[in-house]
Amino acid sequence: MLTGSISHWRKQLTTGAITPTELVQEVARSIEERNPAINAYISWDKDAALAAAAKADLSLPLGGIPIAIKDNICIEGEPTRCASRILDTFRSPYDATAITRLRAAGAIPFGRANMDEFAMGSFGKNSAYGVTDNPAAPGHAPGGSSSGSAAAVAGGMAIAALGSDTGGSIRQPASHCGIVGLKPTYGRVSRYGLVAFASSLDQIGPLTQNVEDAALLLNALCGHDKKDSTSSTEPATDFTAHLGQSIKGVRIGLPKEYLSEGNDPAVSAAVQTAVQKLTELGAEIVEISLPHAEAVVAAYYIIACAEASSNLSRFDGIRYGHRAESTNGLDDLYSRSRAEGFGPEVKRRIILGTYVLSSGFYDAYYAKAQKVRALVAQDFAAAFEQVDFILGPVAPTPAPALEGTDMTPLQVYLADIYTIPANLAGLPGISVPCPQPAGARPVGVQLLGKHFAEADLLRVASALESALA
Amino acid sequence: MEQPLIDVAYIAKLAKLNLTSEETESFSADLNQVLAHVAQLEQWDTPQVEPMYHPLPVFDAVREDIPGTSLSNDAAIANAPAAEDGQFRVPKVVESAH
Repeated sequence: MLTGSISHWRKQLTTGAITPTELVQEVARSIEERNPAINAYISWDKDAALAAAAKADLSLPLGGIPIAIKDNICIEGEPTRCASRILDTFRSPYDATAITRLRAAGAIPFGRANMDEFAMGSFGKNSAYGVTDNPAAPGHAPGGSSSGSAAAVAGGMAIAALGSDTGGSIRQPASHCGIVGLKPTYGRVSRYGLVAFASSLDQIGPLTQNVEDAALLLNALCGHDKKDSTSSTEPATDFTAHLGQSIKGVRIGLPKEYLSEGNDPAVSAAVQTAVQKLTELGAEIVEISLPHAEAVVAAYYIIACAEASSNLSRFDGIRYGHRAESTNGLDDLYSRSRAEGFGPEVKRRIILGTYVLSSGFYDAYYAKAQKVRALVAQDFAAAFEQVDFILGPVAPTPAPALEGTDMTPLQVYLADIYTIPANLAGLPGISVPCPQPAGARPVGVQLLGKHFAEADLLRVASALESALA
Repeated sequence: MEQPLIDVAYIAKLAKLNLTSEETESFSADLNQVLAHVAQLEQWDTPQVEPMYHPLPVFDAVREDIPGTSLSNDAAIANAPAAEDGQFRVPKVVESAH
């Protein structure tokens, strides 16, 4: 099993204690040993990684570091299946901008991490390539939808990973697997080459062993990209610059709506521990209110499914992806190719999304949801007049068992209540693990910041991480 | 907002997605439950609120119109389930005149 953060391995590489080729082989060995039991990866191209390792430039900030990549981010020449049968034979014709940037920083994309199909799911169970186990709590879900990214990092099969977060898909699996997950501000990281789920919500970000690694990866990832019209022109900064600095006097809001009695006791305890540690560090904890907190799941699932039904219309069996055989005309080809290629949760969301956009229902559902979204964003704007950051749970419970936990789709959706708001409002959010007693399932806490405040968000997260350790 | 029952079979036609009768039945049950939850949005009064279609105030982001290299023809059709002469092959969509 592979242990050690990005900075650990960078030191090993730059001092010559290990070569990039040996490090890739080390990661590959770990995958080959552990993946059959965990199923964190759908595929991995060792030859491509070794070829990149042979040319690795150790003078670059991430020189020689292999990074696992969620299966919905394109790597040229490699499969990008989104854990869906419909893309079973697809190979990316180009690199996503996030991959181009990782390569430019010296990193080596290695391994396609399992996920919920098209990033639709909260527990990693919706993959066409099998469920993923949670290395930090065997027999339990790793969370989702970046299930494989989190499990690979937690299970010693990756030093760090990229995921995508539409409603919590980086932060929630990070919390369930006991690692760090960062969703940057909407627009911070280019989404060119990320297979679109819900375009007004999707964001790429890192899943890492610690906060410093998240900052190191964000350094490589962010910056304007003319290939993504939603990518921000906000100047990139060195996100490691503020790590280790004092957080004395920082105001941290605790939304009363997030302290629900419905939360698992371990989750409530983790938030209380974080409050105590942050207070000891000199932060001021302020009770705040987010009056529309209970509306977020309803607004989110309308918006996300509406956008998904439109985005996934590209899977038509014509230009790429699965095509049904012996079809009778174009409509039959579309309808049967999609029926054969998509899994149940994807179909369910396409139906919901198509419905809320259909004539007669658009205003009642889609426009209404976007108005409520504006109210949610206004809640945050008002809160950030009072405080610098917001603290809360990541998920209402620790990871559920893989077997015997039958939840209705609505129950699954409701579990996203604490992660969805950051996506609706476009805010950055980070999940930081809160150490648990031996044998207990991991639990993380979440910090949210203002738009583009990642450098300071990471500073507070790092201080909290050190205090919790 | 009156709570309508979603007609899954009709919506599946709009979405160009064939469903089995089992899927139609289970999605109806699931989605009616979801829509019952969604009905709570009604309680929030929003007549003066502008819908927020995008989380950041970025509009009309266009890049300069400069010709550049793009995917080659081969790369663009490499994933097509059926291609011929450098083009996507599709079923006949235009009927001949009778």
